[in-house]
Amino acid sequence: MGTSRKFATAGIALGAAAALGLTGCSGSSASAGGSSGGKVKLSLVAYSTPQAAYEKIIAAFQKTPAGKNVEFTQSYGASGDQSRAVAAGLPADVVEFSLAPDMKRLVDANLVAPTWDQNQYKGIVTDSVVAIVTRTGNPKGIKDWPDLIKPGVEVITPNPFTSGGARWNVMAAYGGTVAEGASDAQAQAYLGTLFKHVPVQDDSARASLQTFTGGKGDALLSYENDAIFAQQNGQAVDYTVPDNTIKIENPAAVTSTSKHPTQAKAFLDFLYTDTAQKIFSDNGYRPVVAADATRTFPTPSGLFDISKFGGWDAVTTKFFDATNGVLAKIEQGLGVATTK
Amino acid sequence: MSPPPSSEIAAAAPPRWRTARRLPFGTTLTGGLLLIYLSVIVMIPLGAVISRSTDSGWSGFWDQVTAPTAWAALKLTVVASVIVALINLVMGTLIAWVLVRDKVPGRQVFDTVIDLPFALPTIVAGLTLLLLYGPSSPLGLDLAYARTGVVVALLFVTLPFVVRTVQPVLLELDRDMEEAAASLGASPLTVFRRIILPTIAPAMAAGTTLAFARALSEFGSTVLISGNIPLKTQVAAVNIFGQIESDNTTGAAAISTVLLVVALVVLVLLNVIQRWVARRD
Repeated sequence: MGTSRKFATAGIALGAAAALGLTGCSGSSASAGGSSGGKVKLSLVAYSTPQAAYEKIIAAFQKTPAGKNVEFTQSYGASGDQSRAVAAGLPADVVEFSLAPDMKRLVDANLVAPTWDQNQYKGIVTDSVVAIVTRTGNPKGIKDWPDLIKPGVEVITPNPFTSGGARWNVMAAYGGTVAEGASDAQAQAYLGTLFKHVPVQDDSARASLQTFTGGKGDALLSYENDAIFAQQNGQAVDYTVPDNTIKIENPAAVTSTSKHPTQAKAFLDFLYTDTAQKIFSDNGYRPVVAADATRTFPTPSGLFDISKFGGWDAVTTKFFDATNGVLAKIEQGLGVATTK
Repeated sequence: MSPPPSSEIAAAAPPRWRTARRLPFGTTLTGGLLLIYLSVIVMIPLGAVISRSTDSGWSGFWDQVTAPTAWAALKLTVVASVIVALINLVMGTLIAWVLVRDKVPGRQVFDTVIDLPFALPTIVAGLTLLLLYGPSSPLGLDLAYARTGVVVALLFVTLPFVVRTVQPVLLELDRDMEEAAASLGASPLTVFRRIILPTIAPAMAAGTTLAFARALSEFGSTVLISGNIPLKTQVAAVNIFGQIESDNTTGAAAISTVLLVVALVVLVLLNVIQRWVARRD
């Protein structure tokens, strides 16, 4: 045992030395890259759903004078994962996430300027709303928040702890109930009941959509753009936007570590042009700039946004703290209480 | 991103060491290289996970692990993995036997197919299982969103382990001994029990342990088919993912550490039992 421990200690020491050597190498080779032949390469790191839109937007950007010599590497994935990857050192010039806390992580890591939300659109490039997706023809007549907790109704929504994006759904349901006259305590109780109607808590919004189109559940809480995406892909679903629902805001920013800040900024600005906003709206997003969109998005009468609850910082602490949050308590209660 | 697959690496390593106890050349040099390699690939990452898990002290560690949802996920994972390991022990040995000894038509095809669960991204496996055994099952079997679904997914993912550890030993097995025993009047059962089983038992045990350790850490296939209901069908790996998504890396590391310890205990136990059996013979 004594020799094997020595063996292990020596190994760790050697390994650490080797690891340091490796990082040294990669650091120098990265700085050797960069612009070659007048071309600039930007790294776009975004969450997964806008991928189709970005492919078209990048093509359009490269036709403009500002984007003529700009090439892109693109990375798409779950919003939280992408944010953590950038925080851990994934090179990025432009980032877009599905919710502001993922941007805040980069602000805290000094990778995005704290002023990222200071433009006239508050740093938001696209909007959406939380919608209720149902089977074609809405056989159970599910249109509003109270309908979701009627006996026998199964609701699909991702687990808000594995899917940052699912937190929009939770806040829509909470805020929608409050807007319809519930107190804070009543709305929290509503959330508790709602989650007893959830037979599957997938890890991501896409997986939930998969579960729902695979035949499970009567209603799916989803972003409007995802519902439109499902319809565009020929899935037999309808969706209703409740009168009282939350405005989803997707933030984008240029990183402060970008080696090509001019081009990165030009691309970010391009996202607010009519061309880009129209491409976003073709893909189901609500444009933040009033462009002559091909698709019309009626504004729900009781639309609210996250600032109604004090912003994401306050919401994360109150609702999504892993041990003491409202949702943590609800999840813990699921095993105790009788279901349905 | 899936949670650290480190436990499978940790579990996979020891049996290799046992077979290569004495290196025939330059022990200092090869030993040093081995040390660096193992440190970079296994020990440092595992050490980092374990040290992170106690960031908020031992009581913090304990609080994270015994939180109702985490504890339930750990219990489900360990129990499901034990079930899966035992089924694999029986079925894997049977499959290996059939592949080596029985001249079933299409044997070669089966032999190739066995390894496919390793090649398929497990999330695809999960999706496929969900389509086959989910709510819109063409076979009329709805196993999804329940603990049964977890076991089925784990069985799929861990299938090759026992088969591939037992198969080569069976191939090497000297049939003269069996024939000798049979000619001396031993029944087929006795031949199996006294001649074959002692030879293949270490391989069976090693394969079963690998399957168990692999099942502990499985994420991709279970995340789709289990339904992830906390306290009911959420496995540890998915719970860990949730902790990471909630920026609670200490909690994620704590639960991972428990999985590592469980895997380690099983490996050590197995080692002890093997030595004990070897000494008794």
